[in-house]
Amino acid sequence: MQITDETIEYVGILAKLELSDEEKEQAKKDMASMLDYVSKLNELDTDGIEPMSHVFPINNVFREDVVENGDDRENLLKNAPEKKDGCYKVPKTFD
Amino acid sequence: MSKIYETVIGLEVHVELATKTKIFCGCSTEFGGAPNTHTCPVCTGMPGSLPVLNKGVVEKAVAVGLATNCTITKNCKFDRKNYFYPDNPQNYQISQLYYPICRNGSVEIEVDGNKKNIRIHEIHMEEDAGKLVHDSLPDSSLIDYNRSGVPLIEIVSEPDMRSAEEVIAYLEKLRLIIQYLGASDCKLNEGSMRADVNLSVREIGAEEFGTRTEMKNLNSFKAIARAIENEKQRQIALIEAGEEVVQETRRWDDTKEYSYAMRSKEDAQDYRYFPDPDLVPIIISDEWMTEIRNRQPELRDEKRLRYKEEYDIPEYDIDIITNSKRMADIFEETISLGAAPKKVSNWLMVETMRLMKEHDMDPDDLKFSASNLAKLIDLVESKSINGTVAKEVFEKIFTDDIEPEKYVEENGLKTVNDEGTLRKTIEEIVAANPKSVQDFKSGKEKAMGFLVGQTMKAMKGKADPGEVNRILREELSKQ
Amino acid sequence: MDIMKLTAIELGKKIKSGEITCVEATKAYLERIEVLDKEINSFITVDSDGAIKQAEEVQAKIDSGELTGPLAGVPVAIKDNMCVSGMCTTCSSNILNNFVPTYTATAVEKLKDAGAVIIGKTNMDEFAMGSTTETSFYGVTKNPWNLEKVPGGSSGGSAAAVAAEEIPYALGSDTGGSIRQPAAFCGVTGIKPTYGRVSRYGLVAYGSSLDQIGPIAKDVADCAAVLDIICKYDDKDSTSYKDASEDFSSALIDDVKGMKIGIPRDYFAEGIDEEVKSSVLAAAEVLREKGAIVEEFDLGMVEYAIPAYYIIASAEASSNLERFDGVKYGYRTKEYRDLHNMYKKSRSEGFGAEVKRRIMLGSFVLSSGYYDAYYVKALKTKALIKKAFDDAFEKYDVILGPCAPTTAPKLGQSLTDPIKMYLGDIYTVSVNLAGIPGISLPCGYDKDGMPIGLQLLGQAFDEKTIIRAAYSYECTRNYVRPAYLEERGL
Repeated sequence: MQITDETIEYVGILAKLELSDEEKEQAKKDMASMLDYVSKLNELDTDGIEPMSHVFPINNVFREDVVENGDDRENLLKNAPEKKDGCYKVPKTFD
Repeated sequence: MSKIYETVIGLEVHVELATKTKIFCGCSTEFGGAPNTHTCPVCTGMPGSLPVLNKGVVEKAVAVGLATNCTITKNCKFDRKNYFYPDNPQNYQISQLYYPICRNGSVEIEVDGNKKNIRIHEIHMEEDAGKLVHDSLPDSSLIDYNRSGVPLIEIVSEPDMRSAEEVIAYLEKLRLIIQYLGASDCKLNEGSMRADVNLSVREIGAEEFGTRTEMKNLNSFKAIARAIENEKQRQIALIEAGEEVVQETRRWDDTKEYSYAMRSKEDAQDYRYFPDPDLVPIIISDEWMTEIRNRQPELRDEKRLRYKEEYDIPEYDIDIITNSKRMADIFEETISLGAAPKKVSNWLMVETMRLMKEHDMDPDDLKFSASNLAKLIDLVESKSINGTVAKEVFEKIFTDDIEPEKYVEENGLKTVNDEGTLRKTIEEIVAANPKSVQDFKSGKEKAMGFLVGQTMKAMKGKADPGEVNRILREELSKQ
Repeated sequence: MDIMKLTAIELGKKIKSGEITCVEATKAYLERIEVLDKEINSFITVDSDGAIKQAEEVQAKIDSGELTGPLAGVPVAIKDNMCVSGMCTTCSSNILNNFVPTYTATAVEKLKDAGAVIIGKTNMDEFAMGSTTETSFYGVTKNPWNLEKVPGGSSGGSAAAVAAEEIPYALGSDTGGSIRQPAAFCGVTGIKPTYGRVSRYGLVAYGSSLDQIGPIAKDVADCAAVLDIICKYDDKDSTSYKDASEDFSSALIDDVKGMKIGIPRDYFAEGIDEEVKSSVLAAAEVLREKGAIVEEFDLGMVEYAIPAYYIIASAEASSNLERFDGVKYGYRTKEYRDLHNMYKKSRSEGFGAEVKRRIMLGSFVLSSGYYDAYYVKALKTKALIKKAFDDAFEKYDVILGPCAPTTAPKLGQSLTDPIKMYLGDIYTVSVNLAGIPGISLPCGYDKDGMPIGLQLLGQAFDEKTIIRAAYSYECTRNYVRPAYLEERGL
């Protein structure tokens, strides 16, 4: 499978990664060979097979609706690269 | 001849569910805490944290689905919707795409006497985002994750609406159902109910739908109505000019009354949904569904019927009172405290409605307590205060929920029931107004009104008008 | 007495009997780390002061009779993708270079409750993506058997630390072989439990549907003792198994009479080293001689496991790693134009090449138009792989094979050709896709003296049978220390 510049650009937007030109060329090659390799799965007839996201049939795991957590703001904010007035600080957003 | 267009509208309605805790963690959903004080590793997206589903969210979603005639998905799942934005701490939102909890419902609306069914495509569960604060700094925004992880249901309608009136009727219907279920308070202004409008226009009679846009940031019924009209005209103008409507998301600015496209080259709108491996399937058995159905509180139509049977009040009043869960709750509670239904209904229908209009309020925003209304009615019944004073006291109850007995006492508003004092005042009034007495004697009933007014004024309003009338007539007959 | 040579259980006994104190043991290991780790680089963080303080507290509890378990007072090292409150947790990535969690992974919490002394955090492939520990931002870890070779990965730091006797036992995590393969390469023993046995709460996710925490130690008994402690139902992990607790140590029985062991023919087809093959088959022979019924069979689906694994793991990883964005914690780039530029620069500077490679692949296979062709196809393949194992376990109690097709490669050889590196995971990844348990233990050495690992696989939630088989095999052998330790006079 051929990977175009547009595809790499697009995936970069999705994944929020900015690649240098050199990295882009490498990424095109890597992704193409990886996609060729995984296309091996096309040999398999999977018609009628249910896609399996969970390997074991565990279901209905719930929490009761009871407040368990108190105010842990100071602790949680300790790791924030930038903070102000008890909030996480980020470059301006517009909506 | 110019073409005639019709508007085709579908809604995506987000409703915050009234659970005590968030959808995937044990943090409180309480409104208005200091920023980030209702957060934990889960709802701030800390590495290694894992979501665990709040059972109350499933039950409330199922209750709404049942009340809107949906089919409940017996085996439903959560998916991740991936997009980067700082109000979304994991940069994916846990939502439902492939197996939403409810499908294929409908509600009936009525506009100008015409009934119509609006179909519901699906209802799914998801988590709310945090809040971004933009004002305080020029180059930065601040994030408060208190709302991050608050449970939402998104109710997606089919494109069955054709006017702003239908849209508002549909929203009011949903709001009423959900409020009666106790699943949410559905306040548009506080954001616990939010509607995104998908709108397209087409020539009347056309088979195909036109290209639609999605309008966001609609915070009141009025804003919705304005945005619909504006977007309809915008799309018609584009078509008439031979241009194309672009499928896009637009943001409504209600103060400027226009919308703009929310476009960015950094937003690919490709959410890469896939089943969330951290959450397991939810299997909703018939037994569980029955249990939820049995727990369902009395809904509006049932309540209307019951009021008709139990209380001797006009059907019009019943409609108004039951049109808001809050109002109906106040009504029933006041009665349960011993007040006569007819009196309670009067206070709600006349003074409450008047004050709501004056304060530009929704019935849902009523803050006063039933017990204070009951006490007020009691004061009037026992003739401790007269009607004029009662209205004054009620205004205070309405705005500040004051305790009426205490308020009457403190402000000396109690009716003077001491006949001696009253008679003495009346004697003085009669003596001071010989012309009016003369007029009354010569058959002018109007003079009576003047003398009553003078007496009430002298008594600073604290007399029972019935008593004033009686004694005044006695005194006048003596002349 | 040379306490470094002891197993965790042996050390636990000596601490319990008072022969040695917990503080003495802790100091001895800290000293060993001081001596060796400049060369081996198993550790990213060593918490000397904290460890001694913990040791004092644990000793007091042992003295008062509050702590009586077999591992009370024994030091442990934690792979650096598990959160320990107050201890830097990097996942070997620049993007988390300063992240100090305020919560502790449930598995680690269970160890602490049982009296473990946490000495530090071990090196790994960045976000557990790799098979050599060479993708770490904090430098490569070297294999104590030969410092020019990799320790395997991604739990290479944990395996190397145990082999170098820098720690009696360690926790690792296994998404596609990351406990078993480094254990094999370093001549130690590791177990990947059944998916759901050990809570994932506090484990920084790579492939959430595949990740599982497990022990790496000198022998099977130590691993079983760790499982006894960390396998517990946890209401903080929705995928946690209700009946997770069992007495795994009760399966340490030297008896395989009548046990049915299957050897997949397709594991020995191509690409496997002759020496690995003969060692593994010799181990099977040992078990047969001890009374097991050993036969070859065709497992099937073997060549489809790696493609399915890389699609699923990369897709989940691309989503799991979105949270690293420079907003709430971790690395934020110094200069940026706006929000999206900040995201892109922080992530591009924060993540290493292999992580970016997998994030891009994962984002692509989930993107519009490709989801069904890649992701759904992989999930269907996973169902077929699970079925292949289910069918095999209809006939066999245990599946026996190699852990990896080769012994540890030289440093610097693997990363240039990713697909070739991924092919090394051929015997391990299918186990994670099927959710079943697997154990890796030493079964021989190649001509260069590098350890070879035997892998035994069991049915879901039947760790006890593979523990029994592994223990029976282990009873026929002696533990071998890396010659390096002797050379260093240790």
